[in-house]
This record gives sequence, structure tokens and C-alpha cells, in this order.
Amino acid sequence: MAILNVIEAITHALDLEMSRDDRVVVFGEDVGFEGGVFRATVGLQEKFGVKRCFDSVLAESAIIGSGIGMAINGLIPVVEIQFSGFMFPGYNQIVTHAARMRNRSRGRFTVPMVIRMPYGGGVRALEHHSESLEVLFSHIPGLKVVIPSTPYDAKGLLLAAIRDPDPVIFLEPKRIYRAFKQEIPDEDYTIPLGKAKVIKEGADLTVVCWGAMVRDVQKAIEPLEKEGHSIELIDLRTIAPWDKDTVIESVKKTGRIAVIHEAAKSYGPAAEIITAVNEGAFLYLEAPPKRITGLDTIVPLPKGEHHYLPDAQYIAQELKSVLTF
Amino acid sequence: MYFKSFNPLDGEQLQIMNEHGEIIRDDLMPDISDEDLIEMYKTMLFSRVIDTKTLQYQRQGRMLTYAPNLGQEATQVGTIAATRSTDWMASAFRELGAWLYRGAPLYNILLYWYGNEWGMHMPEDVKILPVSVPIASQLQHAAGLAYASVLKGEDDIAIGYVGDGGTSQGDFHEALNFAAVMNTPNVFIVQNNQYAISTKRSQQTNAATIAQKAIAYGMPGIQVDGNDIFAVYAATEEAVKRARSGGGPSLIECYTYRLGAHTTADDPTKYRDNEEVEQWKKKDPIDRLKKHLIMKNLWTEEKDLEQIENYGQYVKSTFEKVENSGLVPLEDVFDYHYEKRTPELERQYQERKAYNSSIGS
Repeated sequence: MAILNVIEAITHALDLEMSRDDRVVVFGEDVGFEGGVFRATVGLQEKFGVKRCFDSVLAESAIIGSGIGMAINGLIPVVEIQFSGFMFPGYNQIVTHAARMRNRSRGRFTVPMVIRMPYGGGVRALEHHSESLEVLFSHIPGLKVVIPSTPYDAKGLLLAAIRDPDPVIFLEPKRIYRAFKQEIPDEDYTIPLGKAKVIKEGADLTVVCWGAMVRDVQKAIEPLEKEGHSIELIDLRTIAPWDKDTVIESVKKTGRIAVIHEAAKSYGPAAEIITAVNEGAFLYLEAPPKRITGLDTIVPLPKGEHHYLPDAQYIAQELKSVLTF
Repeated sequence: MYFKSFNPLDGEQLQIMNEHGEIIRDDLMPDISDEDLIEMYKTMLFSRVIDTKTLQYQRQGRMLTYAPNLGQEATQVGTIAATRSTDWMASAFRELGAWLYRGAPLYNILLYWYGNEWGMHMPEDVKILPVSVPIASQLQHAAGLAYASVLKGEDDIAIGYVGDGGTSQGDFHEALNFAAVMNTPNVFIVQNNQYAISTKRSQQTNAATIAQKAIAYGMPGIQVDGNDIFAVYAATEEAVKRARSGGGPSLIECYTYRLGAHTTADDPTKYRDNEEVEQWKKKDPIDRLKKHLIMKNLWTEEKDLEQIENYGQYVKSTFEKVENSGLVPLEDVFDYHYEKRTPELERQYQERKAYNSSIGS
């Protein structure tokens, strides 16, 4: 057992998989010599050589596009986009090619590739460094979108993503990269994609969240539980395809749901989840479902960011309104 | 030798055979067997017949939008003929001659343009990526395919095709830059057919040639007469050899002309005059090679007519098969997004299936 934070768990998973499978190649801007701006790939170039772990040219479309070609020709590229806000030049490749190659070629060519990106706010960053863009990928047929919330999950989900036969967008909540550590088994384990984790069971309210928000939500529900409310907390883990059955079954039990995410509210992931609940468990609902989210604004620079991100106090207040409706 | 002698910065263009099919630079002639040359010619002719017939079908309302290749046959066949069958090919959508030479079945090609994805399911031994409708993005895949070859210790190269309009895309730049930095075994072919739909080459780039762009990436570049199959083949052969032996990527600008429309949805008479088209018709790559073959006693007008007739019959019967291929079943729409259907896709499939049975379809 090692005690690791999220970023160390990611490095550990990459190391493990590169050792196990020599088809795995890791590249992106600064990921080779320096080990990435967040050091997720530190030591990999030294261990596996410059051919399997290298600094790419500064070009997101080239990173993703060449990765697609490598995947078709038998490699398993795990590429890093330095910040998810920089993925737009490569978005064309993700959407028009990575997501469609299997369909377009009727299974003749596939893209078993992982595109890793740090995402989300709360780290006092520059413009374009704080957005939560999971829905931009989740809406695209052919992609899978995964977000870990703990070091344990980061390892298990990343290993599953690399072994997945289809392209996976692996979004890393950078706010919790180094926020806490956890004991992680040294051995190989995977966490199935598409399966949510019920962090704790409860009877009065279903709360769905993921990524860095999980910790804020855990903090928010503490006082509510002390007041006697019983809350079921679900970490979605995979945003696409998401675990609809677990969420709907939970709502059938609790009769209430709130979805919490950093992404902007309108057309966000919460809208999808709540719509599915309306379709699947409408008659069980005892209160209107609630979205607790970022604003429909551009994420403010650090001096204004506290207005944007839902914090534990705000979450608690909003959850209370659902519980007491 | 070709790349060194024909510097695109000096505005030089490699030409070996003139418009009358005569060899004007015997010293530069590539070594192609008569058998291979006839095969190349026949593929060009086949491509022309397919285009002609398909355009007829389209006008009869039997075919969807189609992108004809008329006038670019030498560029396509000459380049692919210089590669080998284990090499990879990443093309755009106007590469009929190259697809045919590489073994893409006509049935597949027509099926694709007819509106069925199975057309792009190539046989296992045909290493051609599916049609890329987004412009120039396929060159990135070519770079990745080539890098993977190196990493796997294979000596296959990847040839990528793009039009002159595609050279304005960021992906053109990124792919060439990546390939040059990584020294990948790539050959990038620009089919400069003078128009990107209606936008003229002169409005596409202010550079005197497209080939000279190679210099900025740190790779060899050359402009060739794209209607002269010997020039096209010779340059590609040299570039392929360089790539395969670890010398890195090259850029070849094939200076040619699209005699037809961009696609059947387009009317080129609105943006170019007939005089220009007539001038280029005199440089027709197929007429040119035919004259050469006849001069060498390798071909006759009778054989030509016979071949055109045979190809015509084959296209007709293949197209009829395509027309009878019917609609794709519901499963087909769901089955190729992921290796396994997601639970939600399975739900949507079951719903749609139930609906279809309820209406008896």
C-alpha cells in the first residue's frame, strides 16, 4: 500500500500500465522531460525512453490527431492536454475523428485512446484554466467521459480507461490534485467505467456529484445529517455513459434529488440527469429536483471566483430547501 | 535527386513527359515496368469511367452527392503506385484513383457515396482510412500512423492527401510540423487542383508555390506537373524511399486541375471560364499517358475502347448491386459507436425496435 494523492495515483497508474503493455505511449506538451506542468508524467520518460514518453510540439490538434493515427496503427496513446480550456484547437479531432472512427469504418478501425486533461476551478488560475467542460464531450456519441474524485478512483478509473477499446476523455479535477492522500493498493485494479459509486446510503435525498465537488458536498451534508436528515451521496465517476439505473433507483427510495456540478447551469449535466429522473421516477418525487451549479457566466478570474463556485455553505442551504420542500 | 534539382523556391516544376506524351527528360525517367505502367494507366481509365458513369447516375437521381476526380487521375495513381501495399493511406474524399490502385473494391466506394457506412469498411489487407470530410485533419492521422510504424519497428510509411484549400487549415501546418519534428515516415501529397470549391488557388495562399511551404517545416518539398504520371511517380518514389529509410517526411505539390465540379452540388461554370477549362483539357493526364503508351506500342485505341466498354459494364453491374443493397438494419445504426452498446444505447435501440415492429417495418 502506498499513500498517494490524486496526481501521484495517476503517475502510478501510467507507470503500471506502461510496464504491463508496451503499446502504451504517453505524450503531450511538456510531459516528457519535465513530467507535465502538474508532474503527472514525472519519471516516465526516464524509465520508458523518449519514444514512449515525449514532449509533443505545442499543438493540441496534432497531439490528438496523431494519437488517433497511432491508435489505429496498434498503439494505445494516453495524451495530455495541458488544461481542458486549451482543448478547443483539438476538439475538432476529438469530435470529428476520435469519436467517429469506429462507426465510420464499421469497426474496421478503432481508437483506443485516452485524452487526459486537468479541469475545473478553484486554483486561482488564469483565464481558460478553470472551466468544467464535461458536457461538451458527453453530448458526443462515441466518447466516454470519466472524472475521478479520489486517488483510489484515479488509479482504478485510469487503468480502466486505458484498457477501454474506445476513446476516453479523462478529466482530472485539478483542485484536488494534491488536496489529500489515500492508501492505494500497489497491485493492479480497475474500476468499471459507467458505474457510479454510492459513497453513502440515505433515505431522504439523493445527491449526485463528481470530481472536486464531492468533497464540498461531503462537507455540506455533515450538518444536515446532524440535524437528522439522511442523505444518499452518489459519485457519478463516469459522466458518459452515466449510471442512470443507480441514480433512478436511489430517487425511487429517497423521493428527492439534487445534482451538483461546477459546470455552468444551462444545458449542463444536471439537466440531463434530472430529465432522466423525471422520465424514470416522476411519481416518486416529493420535491422539485434541484441543480446546484456554476453560473452561466464566464468563470471569473480569482478575485471573483468565489461567486462562481458553489461552496459547502451554499450547497447545504440549497439541499436544505429540497429536504424541507 | 528530384527534390534537390527542382527547388520550389526557384519556381521549378518537375516535368518528364510533355502534353503530347513525349518524354522530354529521359535522364529523369523513373524505372517503371511496362506491366506496372499499363496497370497504372488502366486504373486511371477505370477511375475516369467510374466518374463519368456516377455523374450520370447522380443526374438521373440515382446517386447522392458525389465528388468527381476528373483530371486528377495521374496525381492519384502516380503517387500511390510508388508506395507498397503495406503502407498506410490517409486520404480526403477525392482520391478515387489511389483507392482503386490500392485495392479498395468498387462496390465499397459506390456504396459509400450511395449513403452506407459499410462502404468504408475496407478489406483487412487494405490500409486506407475512411473518407475524411473535415479538411486536412486526416494528415494528423497520417503522422500518427507513421509514428506508430516506427515504434513497432516496422518500415511501413504513411501517405497523406490534401487539396490546395486544405493547406490553409491549421491541421495541415500541425501535421507537417509534428511529422518533421518527430522525423516520421510520411509523404504528404497536395493535390493542387486550383480550386477549393470556388476559391481560387491565388486566394488560398500568397506563397508562390505550395511546395515551398515544406522548407519552413524543415522537410524537402517539390512541385511536380500533376498531370504527368512520370513526374508524380518519380517524386513520390524518392520521398517514399527517404521516409522508409528513416529520412523523414516530404511534401509533394501535384500541380493539376479539377476538370469537373467540386461535387455534384456545385456548378463550376459560375466561377471559372470555359477557356481555362479547355486549356487544361489539352493537358489531360489520361490522354497524355495514352499517347505515350501508343507510341511505345504498349496500347492501342482499340484496346482503349474495349477497356472503357468493359469498365462501363462493370460499373453498371456493380452500381446495380449497390442500388439493390437496400437500407441498413437498425442494429447497424447502434453497433459501431462503442465496442459494446452502452445501457442507454441499448434502451434507445429497444425502444426504436419496438416502434419499428409496431408500424410493421
